[in-house]
Amino acid sequence: MQRLILAFIAGGLFGAGLFISGMTDTAKVQGWLDVFGNWDPTLAFVMGGAIIPMAVAWMFTKGRQPVVGGEFPAPADPKLGRNLVVGSVLFGAGWGLAGLCPGPAVASLSYGGWPHWVFFAAMLAGMAIAPAVRTSLDTAVPAE
Amino acid sequence: MLQTIPTDWVWGLIGGLLIGLGGAVYLLGNGRIMGASGIIGGLVDGSGRAAWKERTVFLAGVVLLPILLTPFYREVDTHATSNVAVLIAAGLCVGIGTRLANGCTSGHGVCGISRLSLRGIVATVFYIIAGGLTVVFFRHLLGVI
Repeated sequence: MQRLILAFIAGGLFGAGLFISGMTDTAKVQGWLDVFGNWDPTLAFVMGGAIIPMAVAWMFTKGRQPVVGGEFPAPADPKLGRNLVVGSVLFGAGWGLAGLCPGPAVASLSYGGWPHWVFFAAMLAGMAIAPAVRTSLDTAVPAE
Repeated sequence: MLQTIPTDWVWGLIGGLLIGLGGAVYLLGNGRIMGASGIIGGLVDGSGRAAWKERTVFLAGVVLLPILLTPFYREVDTHATSNVAVLIAAGLCVGIGTRLANGCTSGHGVCGISRLSLRGIVATVFYIIAGGLTVVFFRHLLGVI
């Protein structure tokens, strides 16, 4: 139960933050990516603001346990790999096209109107076929 | 001095702090990395079946809080395109791409960079460059978005 309450609080803070910061406004996201247009630096403030509490949280994990018990995530994997780069480029392209990434796509479902639902449905479809895409990519061009 | 700082930047910073606080609660409380694509994707492809309640409740919080906040705003316009082809192509790219890369703006960007993860930093550099080139190409050259 405690785990679920904490997950709800975390999700609530995430959703509230995405809403308040303006990151569900596709014009602001595309405005940040559009260095040749009327550049909007808001996203940098959002990223910077989000990284501060997270960096403190990571420091707190040293020698401790999560509140609900168990273990903290393993140290960051130093291996980069082809899929990380290919996936990130693909993600970036979609992010630029619509101005939406997964978090804001969920946060905006209640007020974004039908275009957000179309994007969301396509995103879920993409996630559903991603394991198959990964397999065929690895078969066609082995990573290492 | 204060008046010269655009309000959007201030709200961006405040919202960003809340996002980071959410990530901190998820990490210190449940021992998990707050990555939106991982949380959603795990439910979609079944890889996160074991923790489905935790994931669902998290997403419920993400949807619910904006519903509670919208009444305080005069208008909420997300300026999303109504070009269905663009929306579908974008959604597919984001869905496949984030799962291939194992993370998105929250997982690689916020949670990865804050612990100086090389994967997080490299992913963020690549999706920002790809996003920037996409906007320049489709907006300024093709005029589609």
